[in-house]
Amino acid sequence: MIQAISQLGASCLANVAALGRASMMLAQALWFIPTRKLLRDIVRQLYVVGVLSLPIILVSGLFIGMVIAFQGYSILVDFGAETSLGPMVALSLLRELGPVVTALLFAGRAGSALTAEIGLMKTTEQLSSMEMMAVDPLRRVIAPRFWAGVIAMPLLASMFNLVGIWGGFLVGVEWLGVDDGSFWSIMGASIEFGQDIGNGLIKSVVFALAVTWVALFNGYDARPSARGISQATTRSVVYASLLVLGLDFILTALMFGS
Amino acid sequence: MKVNKLELTVGGFVLLGLAALLVLSLKIADSQFSGDGPSYTLYARFDNIGGLKPRSPVKVGGVVVGRVEKIELDSDDFVPVVTLKMFERYGYFPETSSASILTAGLLGEQYIGLNPGFIMEDIESLEAGATIEDTKSALVLEELIGKVLFSLTEK
Amino acid sequence: MIEVQQLSFHRGEKAIFSDLNLSIPKGKITAIMGPSGIGKTTLLKLIGGQLQPSAGQILFDGQDVHQLSRANLYKLRKRLGMLFQSGALFSDLNVFENVAFPLREHCQLPESVLRNLVLMKLHAVGLRGAAELMPNDLSGGMARRVALARAIALEPEVVLYDEPFVGQDPISMGVLVKLIATLGKSLNLTSVIVSHDVDEVMSIADHVFLIDQHRVLASGSVQQIRDSEDPRVQQFLQGLADGPVAFHYPAEDYLSALGGEQ
Repeated sequence: MIQAISQLGASCLANVAALGRASMMLAQALWFIPTRKLLRDIVRQLYVVGVLSLPIILVSGLFIGMVIAFQGYSILVDFGAETSLGPMVALSLLRELGPVVTALLFAGRAGSALTAEIGLMKTTEQLSSMEMMAVDPLRRVIAPRFWAGVIAMPLLASMFNLVGIWGGFLVGVEWLGVDDGSFWSIMGASIEFGQDIGNGLIKSVVFALAVTWVALFNGYDARPSARGISQATTRSVVYASLLVLGLDFILTALMFGS
Repeated sequence: MKVNKLELTVGGFVLLGLAALLVLSLKIADSQFSGDGPSYTLYARFDNIGGLKPRSPVKVGGVVVGRVEKIELDSDDFVPVVTLKMFERYGYFPETSSASILTAGLLGEQYIGLNPGFIMEDIESLEAGATIEDTKSALVLEELIGKVLFSLTEK
Repeated sequence: MIEVQQLSFHRGEKAIFSDLNLSIPKGKITAIMGPSGIGKTTLLKLIGGQLQPSAGQILFDGQDVHQLSRANLYKLRKRLGMLFQSGALFSDLNVFENVAFPLREHCQLPESVLRNLVLMKLHAVGLRGAAELMPNDLSGGMARRVALARAIALEPEVVLYDEPFVGQDPISMGVLVKLIATLGKSLNLTSVIVSHDVDEVMSIADHVFLIDQHRVLASGSVQQIRDSEDPRVQQFLQGLADGPVAFHYPAEDYLSALGGEQ
């Protein structure tokens, strides 16, 4: 019994310590004056986390939009309200699925890659040797990857939404025969820039911060061994996904709750 | 100038993302991005507002000409007062206009239908801050049924 | 050049060093030897300021490494090159860019000057022809030579070598021994070699420290170490299986461990 309690205490302490280390890492990585070199590195990392994530994001967006249109149609048609398919597809994408699914896919595609890359750089002493060359790996390695993640995610989410709405249009209008005009016009009338697009964007920026931070920290904090890297990668994806879902609940409650 | 392939793709990626955002804002959200333009405030007092909510539309013949800004209760006579934000681009409506709370479709949300009165020489417009006098409350299903039952028993 | 004074370092409960004293002379090749697992790499990381000692200090050219501000520590590290055991080359940059990395970071050089400098460094380690290869395509010995070129790219005063000879075939080992000796001479480097490859190290070192049991066991010139009468020194030099350093890791009594209940 006492052992169980002390174990609980130990794991709490370990978690708090990890949170502290993670905050220190982020603070040290970001607290400096940006240089041209940083911008160039951000561009390079944008390619890795952004451009390379594009195919999976676009394909998923298309399919998810199409599936919502199918499901939504079968429910709405019972009420004779199938013209509301447009807003249903658009709102579920803009408010929830766009930011959340993009973040989850991003965690799996780019986040795990970041963790593994940095974990491996640590294991092979590349970070250490950089430090001995008087180059701060936090600034040189962590900072550009962090900014690239934060920039890429909202852009990816926007593309996801657009492709998803298009997918919904394909299924709803082209296939199931919802009226073309009312699909777009009712959608247009019921979506609002601040409430829907703005809040969706805020969500995806918050998710971007969370996912990139978790991924980078897990790589940076990985135990320097093959097993350590594989654990860190798994942990990165699991923690990032849970964090995204939890944050989504909190943000949704704050944004749409009252 | 030497074009760096990587920089080019990243530039394309960023542009694509921004374009997607722009299309979402302008096309999908029906250009509400640009705002509703300048507006003025009108008040309307209803006996019963039913399911009216802030941001519900104010329509003239189906065209959205304004939105409900807020709904309050007049603490003197306990009558709901609805503040309307009217878009200036549709101009000012005559004093004789009437407002009623209507429902879009059978189950749809409620909105304010504005019925513009006749425009005549001696009738003034509803200026900013004016109150619409002629209002019809929302239909409440229970009251409606009550009325029908009452008229049936009358016979 | 480097003074280690009363240094203690603990990792968790375990003491790695206690009251360690070393003095590394300028412009010489100093070897720090000892059995595996006594924290030789840790010592190099302490010198480079990557780890904090629990007590004692390390003076680099008179400056206490662990009292320096961040900016000064980074300034000091530019005077220090380190060759990691694995080479620690950046796996996404080719050989040329690896060597160019510290120069690009710290000096604003025109591309043509930088190119010449890098090729000179690569030529010094005999790998000018490998400039376009990726680290994955290099053998272990070549990777270490590239890492050496990178370590001397900023023309440091001190180069720290972490186990430079481990896992090398005899030819690469010979190449590395020769490189360390000639580079040390020609660039007037202060070299610190941490190793347990007795013969190779003894062939080039000017001064040797033997570390065991958290502190210095013996020190002196190569000849003095060879002539030492300390049985532990002789066991290490000759590689005897058993001696003062027991073959067995400390354990409970063998018979009672096997016997179970008895």
